[in-house]
Amino acid sequence: MKKIRIREQYCMGCRLCEIYCAVQHSKSKDLVKAYRGEYPKPVPRILVEEKEYLSFAIQCRHCEDAPCISACMTGAMRRDPESGAVLCDEEKCVGCWMCIMVCPFGVIGRGREKKIISKCDLCLGEEEPACVKNCPNEALVLEEE
Amino acid sequence: MVKYLIVGNSAAAVGAVESIRQVDKDGRIVIVSNEPHPLYSRPLITYLLAGQIDESKMSYGDPMFYRRYNVEEVLGKEVVAIHPQDKNVVLSDGTTLPYQKLLLATGGRPIFPPVEGKDLAGVFTFTTLDDAKKVGEFIERNRVGSAVVVGGGLIGLKTAEALIARGIKVIIVELTDRVLSATFDRRASEIVEMALQGRGCELMTKNTVSRVIGKERVEKVVLQDGTEVNCQLVIFAIGVTPNTELAKRAGIDVRKGILVGDHMRTNLPDIYAAGDVVEAYDMVMSTNRQIAIWPNAYVQGNIAGFNMAGKAEKYDGSFAMNSVEICDVPTISIGLTDPQEKGYEVLERYDEAQKAYKKIVLKDDVIVGAIFVNKIDRAGVFTGLIKNRVNVRLFKDALLRDDFGLVWLPEKFRKHMVVGEGIEV
Repeated sequence: MKKIRIREQYCMGCRLCEIYCAVQHSKSKDLVKAYRGEYPKPVPRILVEEKEYLSFAIQCRHCEDAPCISACMTGAMRRDPESGAVLCDEEKCVGCWMCIMVCPFGVIGRGREKKIISKCDLCLGEEEPACVKNCPNEALVLEEE
Repeated sequence: MVKYLIVGNSAAAVGAVESIRQVDKDGRIVIVSNEPHPLYSRPLITYLLAGQIDESKMSYGDPMFYRRYNVEEVLGKEVVAIHPQDKNVVLSDGTTLPYQKLLLATGGRPIFPPVEGKDLAGVFTFTTLDDAKKVGEFIERNRVGSAVVVGGGLIGLKTAEALIARGIKVIIVELTDRVLSATFDRRASEIVEMALQGRGCELMTKNTVSRVIGKERVEKVVLQDGTEVNCQLVIFAIGVTPNTELAKRAGIDVRKGILVGDHMRTNLPDIYAAGDVVEAYDMVMSTNRQIAIWPNAYVQGNIAGFNMAGKAEKYDGSFAMNSVEICDVPTISIGLTDPQEKGYEVLERYDEAQKAYKKIVLKDDVIVGAIFVNKIDRAGVFTGLIKNRVNVRLFKDALLRDDFGLVWLPEKFRKHMVVGEGIEV
């Protein structure tokens, strides 16, 4: 499957990935409309960690042996058989946060609007994930594993 | 010929089915369940009672889940005997089912104390879909106005929350001096108690129900200290005991739960066990014990399934952890959260205004437990540090920061997590 590789040595900590991720998952998918007109404001499903000179952006690793799938008590968290991505069925999710408890990367968040989780869906259906596409320094790249 | 026979139909069974089918695409899998319902998610029963979801949403995953894996369910039947020599089981209707590999995932059942009046209409335990339906019907039929929940553990509190959501006045009676005493420390318990009280729930600690009184239906309960509480509904949620009788009769080694080795095998050939019914390795406590939680049951079932299908896989062990939201207060507790012995270091931060609490328990610079209340974001990073026994001496000061994350980890470990694949440390 295709996975997003993190190249921390190229990350500048500009956080454009967070912005474009949020926009991609907003209702309008338009930067200005999403930030000016949508409430609650769109939330990114990627996060930039930063400490002194070091920074990197991290999102769901779509683990082969995904603890969030094992921990999900409703079966909402599943592996998409086609893409191999770990996806959450928002109809099934009840917001028990078991996946947040077990994700060692800390990349599953709580949604703001409803009691469901919020995580990277690899922007399936798009040519490239928004974070990868909009990273100005190739600190995130899409690679075939 | 049944190749894989699974007794029990919840998390461990699901985990086993998924791994068996990774190795063996068409070996016949049969699941026997004493419940009449096809696969459903048990923890959702409180959500059903609360009216947050309807019965059509009770299935685990989508309703086609087992169909896709080509699994047969035998429902509403009990396995009454196992004959390990003949490699078959006998069902409650008298039929015999032969197996090649057997998985016991019989789970647990609620403890029903021998209290006087417990057979009155309106007294329930609460662990199955039928319980949820019965309680729901009873509430509607009898216009229940107030209820006593006996037990302030996870099931008790989630049930209380559901009853509150239905507009019922709830009184929780708890034997210890606080709710969630098994997984929380005092402060965390207090925050949850305040949230419950904020919804009109009453708490009576250091007490229990000694008698249920009523003519045909519950009218009131008498507590240990003599207090009488009027109510029309009583739910006993004082704990769960593993269903080990079947295994015992078959000659399988049982202590409190069924004893299993690294491969989830019992002492008898071709018989495996997983889930709430077993005692498996606790990495934090360094001992075998029961940890009845969904993720462990799934993983154990998964490991059992691999081994049943002929792929050797070892269970590394786990530790206690729970994520539970009560009255809009999300909480996560992991591992050892409130050690009473010496030799532990505790880091904690409490933000009174936001009622946000974070506590980290360490032993010899290794994290062994954590509590998060109200701010639970990235709690899993700590689960990872506990699991991987990461020495945190060099970044201990950062652990309580809101922005604590992988960036603080030692370079080698961080690169493994961030740049590499990361998970199989």
